[in-house]
Amino acid sequence: MSGFNYHKASDVADAAGKSSSDDALPLAGGMTLLPSIKLGLSAPSDLVDLAGIDGLKGISVDGDTVTIGAMTRHADVAGSADVRKAIPALAAMAGGIGDPQVRNRGTIGGSIANNDPAADYPAACLGLGATIVTNNREIAADDFFTGLFETALDAGEIITAVKFPVPAKAAYEKFPNPASRYALVGVFVADGPAGTRVAVTGAGLNGVFRQGDMESALGASFSADALEGISVSEGDMASDLHAAADYRAHLVGVIAKRAVAAAAG
Amino acid sequence: MTEHGIGVAVKRKEDRRFLTGNGNYTDDINRPGQTYAYFLRSQVAHAEIRGVDTSAAEQADGVLAVFTGADLAADEVGGIPCGWGLTFQNGDPMIEPAHPALAQGKVRHVGDAIAVVVAETRKQAKAAAQLIEADLNELPAVVDMKKAIEGGTLVHDEAAENTCYDWAIGEKADVDAAFDAADHVTSIDIYNNRLIPNAIEPRVALAEYEAASGDYTLYTTTQNPHVIRLLMGAFVLQIPEHKLRIVAPDVGGGFGSKIFHYAEEAVLTWASAKVGRPIKWTAERSESFMTDAHGRDHVTHAELALDKEGKFLGLRVHTLANMGAYLSSFAPAIPTYLHATLLAGVYTTPLIYANIRAVFTNTVPVDAYRGAGRPEAAYLLERIVSTAAREMGIDQVEIRRKNFIPSDAFPYQTPVALQYDSGDYEATLSAALEAADVDGFAGRKEAAAKDGKLRGLGYSTYIEACGVAPSAVAGALGARAGLYESAVVRVHPTGSVTVFTGSHSHGQSHETTFAQLVSEQLGVDFEAIDIVHGDTSKIQFGMGTYGSRSLAVGGEAIVRAANKIVDKGKKIAAHILEASETDIEFADGSYTVKGTDKAMAFGEVALAAYVPHNFPHETLEPGLEESAFFDPLNFAFPGGCHVCEVEVDPDTGVVDVVNFTAVDDVGRVINPMVVEGQVHGGVAQGIGQALMENAVYDENGQLLSGSYMDYTMPRADDVPSYQVSTEVTLCAHNSLGVKGVGEVGTIGSTPAVINAVVDALAEKGVTDMPLPASPQNVWRALQEAGA
Repeated sequence: MSGFNYHKASDVADAAGKSSSDDALPLAGGMTLLPSIKLGLSAPSDLVDLAGIDGLKGISVDGDTVTIGAMTRHADVAGSADVRKAIPALAAMAGGIGDPQVRNRGTIGGSIANNDPAADYPAACLGLGATIVTNNREIAADDFFTGLFETALDAGEIITAVKFPVPAKAAYEKFPNPASRYALVGVFVADGPAGTRVAVTGAGLNGVFRQGDMESALGASFSADALEGISVSEGDMASDLHAAADYRAHLVGVIAKRAVAAAAG
Repeated sequence: MTEHGIGVAVKRKEDRRFLTGNGNYTDDINRPGQTYAYFLRSQVAHAEIRGVDTSAAEQADGVLAVFTGADLAADEVGGIPCGWGLTFQNGDPMIEPAHPALAQGKVRHVGDAIAVVVAETRKQAKAAAQLIEADLNELPAVVDMKKAIEGGTLVHDEAAENTCYDWAIGEKADVDAAFDAADHVTSIDIYNNRLIPNAIEPRVALAEYEAASGDYTLYTTTQNPHVIRLLMGAFVLQIPEHKLRIVAPDVGGGFGSKIFHYAEEAVLTWASAKVGRPIKWTAERSESFMTDAHGRDHVTHAELALDKEGKFLGLRVHTLANMGAYLSSFAPAIPTYLHATLLAGVYTTPLIYANIRAVFTNTVPVDAYRGAGRPEAAYLLERIVSTAAREMGIDQVEIRRKNFIPSDAFPYQTPVALQYDSGDYEATLSAALEAADVDGFAGRKEAAAKDGKLRGLGYSTYIEACGVAPSAVAGALGARAGLYESAVVRVHPTGSVTVFTGSHSHGQSHETTFAQLVSEQLGVDFEAIDIVHGDTSKIQFGMGTYGSRSLAVGGEAIVRAANKIVDKGKKIAAHILEASETDIEFADGSYTVKGTDKAMAFGEVALAAYVPHNFPHETLEPGLEESAFFDPLNFAFPGGCHVCEVEVDPDTGVVDVVNFTAVDDVGRVINPMVVEGQVHGGVAQGIGQALMENAVYDENGQLLSGSYMDYTMPRADDVPSYQVSTEVTLCAHNSLGVKGVGEVGTIGSTPAVINAVVDALAEKGVTDMPLPASPQNVWRALQEAGA
């Protein structure tokens, strides 16, 4: 593990300024970044800790929108009565991330800024048609996740909150990697103001993606049966020890149906 | 039976310190002036070393020394020895290539050590290692055993076709004739998956040299400190025993992987004298994955000949056994004497032939891992028996009963060298059938089908050979050591007792179980008995703990030493009570004179032994301390029946173990709670092998499953609540009648799980299942069956 300069940001502008250089990184929950540094996979010159910025934490519900501060922990989302009432699928998803230690340290902002191809939150954001709010702008989830560990964020751009439109129906189903228990295939389905959406994490070669054929079928009839016969292209699937592309493609179909059944039920 | 005697589920003495964080593990030990070592390891599986430039590393902050294989060679440090010699079929000795403690000439697996840096801090040592420039000319790697024996790349130039030995047992012509006469022949091909032991405590070594005395001390995470002293002292460093102390304090799990003498131990011990300061090395978890000896890894073709009734007529087995890149301490014995000799199982198969070919590959060395050869044998047998039953339309239980060695046939001589002393396979089977509610299975299967799930029931009726080992047998089979055990029982003047045992506890509960033995035998309070192990300066000698030998061999040595204590006490009591020694009786902690009310408590005798004011010293020595060495006459043969019930989700391939029943005959049970715990842990590992664990190399010799991100360890929620019980037949060749329980869980369980999976999928046309039955493999088997 290499050395680095530690900064505790006082506010978002301070964090943005200190993390704008190429070798500096903002630190949220650190559940991915710190192990990466320990393993020598990442060697930032400066870490800018966002934990002291009060305005980045908390959950609010305003009419048809749930807004979650970027530094809100997964455990807080999972345990929030407001989230459970407005978007129970989102609370359940957050309650299934990692393990208790991760859920008590990891944050929504950190998770989506990292955009791990097997992370759960990107599927929720894309599946619910969320809006990612930063210190500079608002970015639609559809435009935010741009590839493996890649997002639309600019250097020095800090996520401040994520706004979720409340859906009529939604569910998240995850098939865990047997070893790591990250999502081997995770499917978030929703039907609501952002349309009928099917977002898939864990499976795609390029990270989280929307499954258009399934969305069309569900738009016509929101039922598991509507997905019968829809095949997912193997060519778009990741492949590893635990799941070759053909198995992953198959699992996307199975898990999507289960998610739809759960949402419809 | 006393409150803490034999048969009582006494709570573990060791748990208080472990559960309160007061265990004393090797990494907890720190010595004044201690430095730290970091090993630079090969990132490639096979390469010629053209040169190693350590100059920049030597100049780095905090660095005291950097050593390479050339430095070891210059000091004439020996290679890491192998403790077991096998032969080819024609009697030629096995090929035993040099295994330098730091690579010389070539690196042969990812993780092979190229150099070691010794520095003031761990961080400095690691940073400096990155400055070492190793000029490696990468060579093609050989990973797949079938390719390895077809020629091409050689791991060692002297091992043609990468073959260490090609060995056989049994009369092939007779076995072939049985096959010619058979009504039915069942054939199977098995890959017994490679496993990584994953003890929770990584390996650690701390070496210290005392210049004034010339004494070396090595603190190390080992299962057998005296064996390490012998192997490292005599073969690697030429340090005589009286100048070399090995301490193995609390050790956090071994499962076999900490039996072996590892290169780091020798390098640190040697370097501690060069540097003149103590040196510590603590494996990082990724180092554990690529340097701890792996387990299993057999490729087997097996055939079973049967008559039309389903009686076994003959068994023919051809196995390729992966040795990895170098021969680890016990490696050659595992696929032969601990595997091929077990191929009779619990059955009366009259003719057996097994050919074992040990193969070098550019992978981590493979050696004993919990069960060590017997799980591979049990898996092979129980899979082929179940497959034969299915092919012939015979009930799974019936085919086993038809071929069991009957309970009145003991001692039973198998056609593959072993003679079983006792067992009752019908008893364990029928108890398991009842406990598993086999009669209710059909209803449960029907209910599962309504939920779209496939239920299956799988059996395993296994045997194993443990309590290793009779030295005469082991010696005849190529062991370069005796496999007895020793004990000293020291009774202190006030009657408390310290027991010194050559067995080594790294999770086996010796401090509890052994204290129960002594408490029962001497009538001494359980709390007044301490068990001491793991230090060659305290323990007279020992062969350590592996092969489920602690109780059957080490425990028996303690009993024999305690018997001598009882006898010595009789002499003392006779003297003091003015009676004839032959009239003294000892029971319940009290010496009495037959036919009188004269008595002395054990504690009074102990005190008298050390206050011998009027002893006739010509005939009665003061003191109360006795030693015993015990060399068993035979292996012990635990066996039993495991029944596994699974539910398979055909859409995803996920296997859920919904019920697991283990009825084991481990001989007399000293502590039922400890026995149950051992079975629980073993079954978890057996389910792990069956469904989850798998060490995978790519064709270039990179370990793809090199971390917990990819290597699937079983977790608590992967395994069910087990139903565990015992049936007892006594072992005939130790006074306790104990057999051994450390490995039965892993040996019996894996085939039961896979037989259950195959049973569940049979209605879809699936007849075989590769290990592990991971979701993907199950799904693929269903696809291939056209389901």
